[in-house]
Amino acid sequence: MPQKSIRQALNEALAQEMRRDPRIIVIGEDVAGGAGSEGQRDAYGGVLGVTKGLFGEFGESRVIDTPITESAIMGAAAGAAVTGLRPVAELMFSDFFGVCFDQIFNQAAKFRYMFGGKATTPLVIRTMIGAGRSAAAQHSQSPYGIFTSVPGLKCVVPSNAYDAKGLLISAIRDDDPVIFCEHKLMYDLRAEVPDEPYTIPFGEANIVRDGDDVTIVALARMVHYAAEAAEALAKEGIEIELIDPRTTSPLDEDTILESVERTGRLVIVDEATPRCSFATDIAALVADRAFAALKAPIRRVTAPHTPVPFSPSLEKLYIPSPEKIAAAVREVYGYAK
Amino acid sequence: MTEITAITMPKWGLTMTEGKILGWLKQEGDSYGAGEELLEIETTKITNVFEASDPGILRRIVGAAGASLPVGALLAVSAPQSVPDAEIDAFVAGFAAPEPAAEATAEDTALAPREIEAGGRRLRVLDLGGGSATPVVLVHGFGADLNAWMFNQPALAGSRRAIALDLPGHGGSVKVVGAGDAEIFAGAVSDVLAAFDLDRVHLVGHSMGGAIAIEVARQQKERVASLTLIASAGLGPEINGAFIDGFVRLQRRREAPELLAALVHDPALISRAMIEELLRYKRLDGVDAALATIARAWFAQGSQVLDLRPALAALSLPVQVIWGHDDRIIPVAHAEALAGTLPVHILDQVGHLPQMEKAGEVNRVIARFLDAHD
Repeated sequence: MPQKSIRQALNEALAQEMRRDPRIIVIGEDVAGGAGSEGQRDAYGGVLGVTKGLFGEFGESRVIDTPITESAIMGAAAGAAVTGLRPVAELMFSDFFGVCFDQIFNQAAKFRYMFGGKATTPLVIRTMIGAGRSAAAQHSQSPYGIFTSVPGLKCVVPSNAYDAKGLLISAIRDDDPVIFCEHKLMYDLRAEVPDEPYTIPFGEANIVRDGDDVTIVALARMVHYAAEAAEALAKEGIEIELIDPRTTSPLDEDTILESVERTGRLVIVDEATPRCSFATDIAALVADRAFAALKAPIRRVTAPHTPVPFSPSLEKLYIPSPEKIAAAVREVYGYAK
Repeated sequence: MTEITAITMPKWGLTMTEGKILGWLKQEGDSYGAGEELLEIETTKITNVFEASDPGILRRIVGAAGASLPVGALLAVSAPQSVPDAEIDAFVAGFAAPEPAAEATAEDTALAPREIEAGGRRLRVLDLGGGSATPVVLVHGFGADLNAWMFNQPALAGSRRAIALDLPGHGGSVKVVGAGDAEIFAGAVSDVLAAFDLDRVHLVGHSMGGAIAIEVARQQKERVASLTLIASAGLGPEINGAFIDGFVRLQRRREAPELLAALVHDPALISRAMIEELLRYKRLDGVDAALATIARAWFAQGSQVLDLRPALAALSLPVQVIWGHDDRIIPVAHAEALAGTLPVHILDQVGHLPQMEKAGEVNRVIARFLDAHD
């Protein structure tokens, strides 16, 4: 089966879905490769090359370049979604959600509920998350916890190219607003990806690795760090069950709970800040529903409660590392009541 | 030195590069017969027992339980009692360990399936082996693909060309199935025979693939040297309709183990990797619709639509039947009813997947039959 990068997988998902359904449009900054600028149109295919080729194939009525105004992009996309189109809007950096959150959080997320189910909002918002590029405090955050906390929004955080394609197609076919988070350091990560279109159901976790000693729950780039830690821990005789929820809303609670029922130990790895977050949410779920199974305290390995530092050495300290994950696992594994 | 035999890590399936030894079922010094279980091996796809191909005495275990070793690595040494320990030591010391399989060679191109155009449709095939003996074509069952033969095709390809295909709607083949009935699938098999220019073949079919093989033989008797029908459809009305419905509806990983356990005697054979592979297939656009169409055409209202027993009785070619005693999908009674008229092999502690559950025994039964009817 062909190996594809996350960038290619996302591009393929968009192109295949746009061929299937003429109601699908793409809207955002530079999605047509920089309209109005000099040089060849669609030379870049978006700042990350994800929308490359769409403008040429589908034209400017379906691939809409916008000015730098997130509130207009999200407002137009939300309106288009309730009136019959199926927009895939791009919020280049998720850090910018602040300027367009009314359109997302108070409008798109509420339509279906407030119109008594008579309106649907088939809107996908693709957006970049993640630290690690010295992009500083305003371009390095991972605010999926905030999106997850909003009823009416679905939130997808893929960790590999196979999941990225299937989940983006599911997002596009979904009738509710979906925030689709892409980690900015993972676009070149490759995996086997079928050429055909396929879907992955929301709310179904992937079990990356089977083990009976400690459960780790992780998202996006942290899945790979946790896998690295698990590899090292296996040599010490500690077998990790690594769970990648893939979607934070809806959340596959059953897979996490069933795993902790068996292992009795839980470590959550999250690149986001630790307060009112994905990590606290999973910790609360397990404390609530699987308390009797726990043999050790739940441990969270997260970023500290600070802005993301610009300094490369501080940023490295900020992001959870395989070493920190392994240390947390050893702590819960060796815990004696 | 020729009396000393190396027992090495087998290659099960196309992507296997290494296996983990779960445990030895025989100890050093034990003697065993052909087909006896020696050890249990886990791969990323499947866990299964390794059966001895020839009788022998297990003189030395080299691969300890828990060890992960590459395909071709020395697991153990077999030799008669008369061979001194020193010679065994020398054999182990001198055994050339295979190069660790690099990522790039994980899917050896010669061993990889490819897509062909057959009868105007895109079908995936795996073409192994060669030689002058009559080739064998392997036809999988409902919802499966050519990997159903992962333990059999390499073994059969040792003495002849062995071709496995993905039927339309399955595996890597086109997902358009038309009416999804026996005629469509028999047509696809015939198209593959034509595409490979095969005048005469042995057909081996599992479950729905068995019924398809009968249909092919009925249509082109002169081309078929023999039929091996494994837990075949078309030999009686009963079928596990709840399983078929559940299989078509299956979406979620958590529902899979209970459903798929009905396929086998020992549910441990159904690994999470197998389930993941099945779900990846079922998530492809068009697959669930194709499976629903096929299920309606073959197994409407929980019973088999097609009765091929008259057609089978009218065939004047060698036919054998292999069945698992504990088959919970198609009852073993269908095989027992044929026991007076055909060679029937019923395997104990085996469910609906004899070719996987007792691969060594099934391979021997097939090989003997094909050799006798070339």
